[in-house]
Amino acid sequence: MSVKAAQETSAALKRTPLHALHLTLDARMAPFAGYDMPLNYAAGVLKEHRHTRAAASLFDASHMGQILVRARSGSSADAAHALERLVPADIVGLAPGRQRYTFFTNDDGGILDDLMVANRGDHFLLVVNAACKEQDETLLRDALSADCSVEPTDHALIAVQGPKAEAALAHLAPDCASMRFMDVRETAIMGTICVVSRSGYTGDDGFEISTPPDVARELAEGLLENPDMAPAGLAARDTLRLEAGLCLYGADLDAATTPVMAGLSWAISPARREDGQRAGGFPGAAVILGELERGSATHRVGLFPQSRAPIRAGTSLFADEAGAAPIGHVTSGGFGPSLDRPIAMGYVHTEFSKPGTQLFAEVRGTRLPAVVSPLPFVEHRYKRG
Amino acid sequence: MLKFTKDHEWMRIDGDVATVGITAHAAEQLGDLVFVQLPDVGTTLDKGQEVAVVESVKAASDVYAPLAGEVVETNQDIVDDPSIVNASPEGDGWFYKLKLADLGAVDSLLDEAAYKELIG
Repeated sequence: MSVKAAQETSAALKRTPLHALHLTLDARMAPFAGYDMPLNYAAGVLKEHRHTRAAASLFDASHMGQILVRARSGSSADAAHALERLVPADIVGLAPGRQRYTFFTNDDGGILDDLMVANRGDHFLLVVNAACKEQDETLLRDALSADCSVEPTDHALIAVQGPKAEAALAHLAPDCASMRFMDVRETAIMGTICVVSRSGYTGDDGFEISTPPDVARELAEGLLENPDMAPAGLAARDTLRLEAGLCLYGADLDAATTPVMAGLSWAISPARREDGQRAGGFPGAAVILGELERGSATHRVGLFPQSRAPIRAGTSLFADEAGAAPIGHVTSGGFGPSLDRPIAMGYVHTEFSKPGTQLFAEVRGTRLPAVVSPLPFVEHRYKRG
Repeated sequence: MLKFTKDHEWMRIDGDVATVGITAHAAEQLGDLVFVQLPDVGTTLDKGQEVAVVESVKAASDVYAPLAGEVVETNQDIVDDPSIVNASPEGDGWFYKLKLADLGAVDSLLDEAAYKELIG
């Protein structure tokens, strides 16, 4: 078997403000999007995953891009209108202290990146994928510079996720307990002003904390003092988001995938749809609004492999055991530790996308049965109330 | 007699039958295993042939035959519970037993000191 030594390439990689802490915590490090990141800690991915669902875990998400967009006029409505030139979400109607999931689209309706946009009152905070952040910054500058300043920040991003995340964070910042899913607020944690959102990438309740880099380690250590809180790495982050049916950019989403194909139509705000107050006006609007009406030729689905063998990204999917032409392919696949069985997501021709449809995945030359499943695999537990 | 390959398999040789598994180093690098596929008893193997598959949460890896021979027994316990390989890679987590085609070929494998040097 071939076993990769993780340390070979670490020299040229960027480091987050929590890098030294990861080493202290005995993390197994691996390159991800140009950063030397913790893949898992001593507990291992299965325990880290299950601990997140049962208690709370702390993740380093500092590799993600955080970009501030501010209107030159000083009126944040001008920044909202400008951002709507790039995304299909209602940003003008996004209240201060709230955030929304959206995506940058291209002229073909494909997704250039998916992101969170938070209305911070006098500016907007965008949280974008690590691998896309330079490209996103260029896109924003090219499209918005006449009206807005576009500044990336060097803040760290610490995620605390799981049913006990609220109690752990509220111990240090009591006002966070009253936040609802997708609320964003500024609050002091251990003497430092941080920007906290009630959101995450696990499908569970939790928070993401944007904090100045020089205090990030102290803050993370403060959170880890809570007996319910344990560190979790990128491997657990990936299995958690897959169980939650959440897309990973570069795997489940790319520039050739439209929001309708990806099952993300819910993120296209009514105000930006046909007959909406500000219909269209984003790149690829004609394609995307047309697909909203007529449907797309392919669709993202969940898959339950029927044997114990995991079905991985890149695997071809077939309608029957002998058919020659694939009807789709897997984009994310592995093991769901909460379900103790393999799970996958992929794209299939829409006629095969109905839950319960039996398909076959070709693994090492053998066609293994897999059944189309509703998403998410594990119910979300966001605090919406 | 305990022998190793540079591909991170171990062999414990007793007469002309060798018990085969993956090393503790390999198990640690792979992380939590969730799936093991073993050969059928009676399969004839060439040296270096793909004989088994292990899948961690993240990825699949092939396991190669250290030497030529015939599979005479497999460890169903690790198919039912792959975590046994992580818990005891060089003990209860053995994969299969191989009746060696050529006992002399054993000398081509690494001894424990040479393997330890290889993995640093």
